[in-house]
Amino acid sequence: MIGDREEVNEKQQTGDLSRREWLTKIGLLLNGVAVTLLAMPIIGYLVSPLIGADKGEYKRWITLGNLSEFPENQTRLAKFENPITSFADGETDHIPCWVRRMQGENFQVFAVNCAHLGCPVRWFPQSGLFMCPCHGGVYYEDGSRASGPPPRGLFEYPFKVENGKLMIEAGQLPTLSTTAKLVTRSRGCQG
Amino acid sequence: MSRLKQIGDWFEERLQLAGPIREAMTHHVPRSSASWWYVFGSAALTVFCLQVVTGILLAFTYVPSAAEAWNSLQHLNHDVTLGWYLRAVHGWGSNFMVALVLIHFCQVFLFGAYKYPRQLTWIVGVFLLLMTLAMAFTGQVMRFDQDAYWGLGIGASITGRFPIIGAAAVHMLLGGPIIAGATLSRFFALHVFLIPGLLIALVGLHLLMVLKLGVNEWPMPGRIVRRGTYEKEYHELVKKDGVPFWPAAIWKDMFFSAAIIAAIMACAAYFGPYGPSGYPDPTIIQTVPKPDFFFLWLYAMLALMPPEMETPALIIGPVVLIGFLILLPFLSGEGEKSWKRRPAAVVTLLLVAVSLAVFTKLATFSPWSPIMNAWSGEPLPVSYLNPLSPLQRQGVLVFQDKQCHNCHEIAGSGGKRGPDLTRVATRMTHDQLVRQVIQGGGNMPAYAKNLNPAEVTALVSFLETLHPPNQPKARDAAQAAAQAAAPSPGESNR
Repeated sequence: MIGDREEVNEKQQTGDLSRREWLTKIGLLLNGVAVTLLAMPIIGYLVSPLIGADKGEYKRWITLGNLSEFPENQTRLAKFENPITSFADGETDHIPCWVRRMQGENFQVFAVNCAHLGCPVRWFPQSGLFMCPCHGGVYYEDGSRASGPPPRGLFEYPFKVENGKLMIEAGQLPTLSTTAKLVTRSRGCQG
Repeated sequence: MSRLKQIGDWFEERLQLAGPIREAMTHHVPRSSASWWYVFGSAALTVFCLQVVTGILLAFTYVPSAAEAWNSLQHLNHDVTLGWYLRAVHGWGSNFMVALVLIHFCQVFLFGAYKYPRQLTWIVGVFLLLMTLAMAFTGQVMRFDQDAYWGLGIGASITGRFPIIGAAAVHMLLGGPIIAGATLSRFFALHVFLIPGLLIALVGLHLLMVLKLGVNEWPMPGRIVRRGTYEKEYHELVKKDGVPFWPAAIWKDMFFSAAIIAAIMACAAYFGPYGPSGYPDPTIIQTVPKPDFFFLWLYAMLALMPPEMETPALIIGPVVLIGFLILLPFLSGEGEKSWKRRPAAVVTLLLVAVSLAVFTKLATFSPWSPIMNAWSGEPLPVSYLNPLSPLQRQGVLVFQDKQCHNCHEIAGSGGKRGPDLTRVATRMTHDQLVRQVIQGGGNMPAYAKNLNPAEVTALVSFLETLHPPNQPKARDAAQAAAQAAAPSPGESNR
């Protein structure tokens, strides 16, 4: 078998071989071009979650409710629907947040997600603390860090009051780099 | 019989596989490697096959949509005949597979099998381990319940700690700005297509190298691996003292694999399927998310690490760890294989194993988390209240009402976040207690804003009763000395 091949090889002329090698290279090149062309839409499809994200296009102003739903000097759980939804989201579009109304139109709207690792914090009005069930993060009523592992206070949504309604700008899961709003509050001389 | 042989021959004529298969099965291995210590890899492969089969069967019913996944799991659990059992086998298979891969990993490390010429086998194995863990994590996401939802939140929060690329990485991970339908879809693609495909390819490569290079011989102290001579020595060893893999070694693999499958089936039948836990509605915040067993150690570490260390540890830690594992066969590719001559390796492994075990154990009762309903659900024993004055009883009310009990234990009930207060009066004086309550400190919030002076007085008067009858209260030595030196008119009032 091997002998046969060698005979064939010997019969082939060098010019013939180089022409085939050249054609093979053209073939490789053509496939390279095809792959590159195909890669562009594939990459575009893959990075689609990033498109517009840096300009904050996910965010919208959303109505949380009438001012009368939020009594002064209280912190209450409110729910809203995420501005961007899709058919397969189920209940995951329904996002909770903590609304603290101080006096008049003075609000703080906190994400429920702990600044440590995103677990939902719960409000305890008696002690005026938010507590996280996961790793023991605790926050004061103004959202500043009280104790535990969180590296900062609670994330806050920007808010405004229009026509007697409380609105927040929301639309993405707050993490340390995708903050609802970067607020770093320190307790200063508190203790 | 002859008809069967004819059919067999017909296929063999076309496939010509009998020769290579026979060669692979009967290739000689060192007699020392036909050992019960060498069965973990093959058992992991068996369980992987089980996972592929049960996974495909579950996909017959499972709906990978955030709107329907949870319902389809309930449907599997309750409506589809034996759906619960397949879910249970797949879930327990996952646990067994992670365990087996980890045991295999430790055995290979202890036996020095990563040394020359099996470095690449080891490196591929490191990726197989990582992908097995990735399968376990993405598998937990498939069980789209509250734990899965908040687990994704934790994944996103960790990803969000990366500087510069953090935001983009979070959006890529979630497939959008929030955890939603797109998130489950992409984790489904990872769990069902991408990672298993890579696993199959790398398992093939891993096995091919085991066949080509021969299985690692039992390490003997003093038998040094050298690049120049190892292959010759190995072949001589196999020639001199080798046995055919089939049947001399494989029966142990078969026995062990069968036992593992039986154990998985038994666990599945006895314990049943995992969850799903609560419905994945983010507005239900009364939830205490916890990861599956094999990620509990991470859950514990994230709670116990000093906060300022956390981001560097989360970003640099995995790079260092994986980098070390990949570089290991290059750093010590030759030399002693036996664990008897590699004390550093043994100590390292023991240290890691003990740490992981301790973290896992801690995570099962998570002492760092407040018990969210202790203040309303765990009353103090009546025996504690009976001898108290009205003021002290008022202090008990403050203690409960202000959620102190969520973090502090008294008489075995309550949270373990803060110190146990059962004997706090023996440790802290009146003034120290007042200061701690008002200013907080250590890991305790300051309560100055949320307690009025009367409440502080009541609370501290109760805390001062917390000492055993035969042990006196802590007292301030300086104060006592000052009072002795200059008895004040107030003294007579006592």
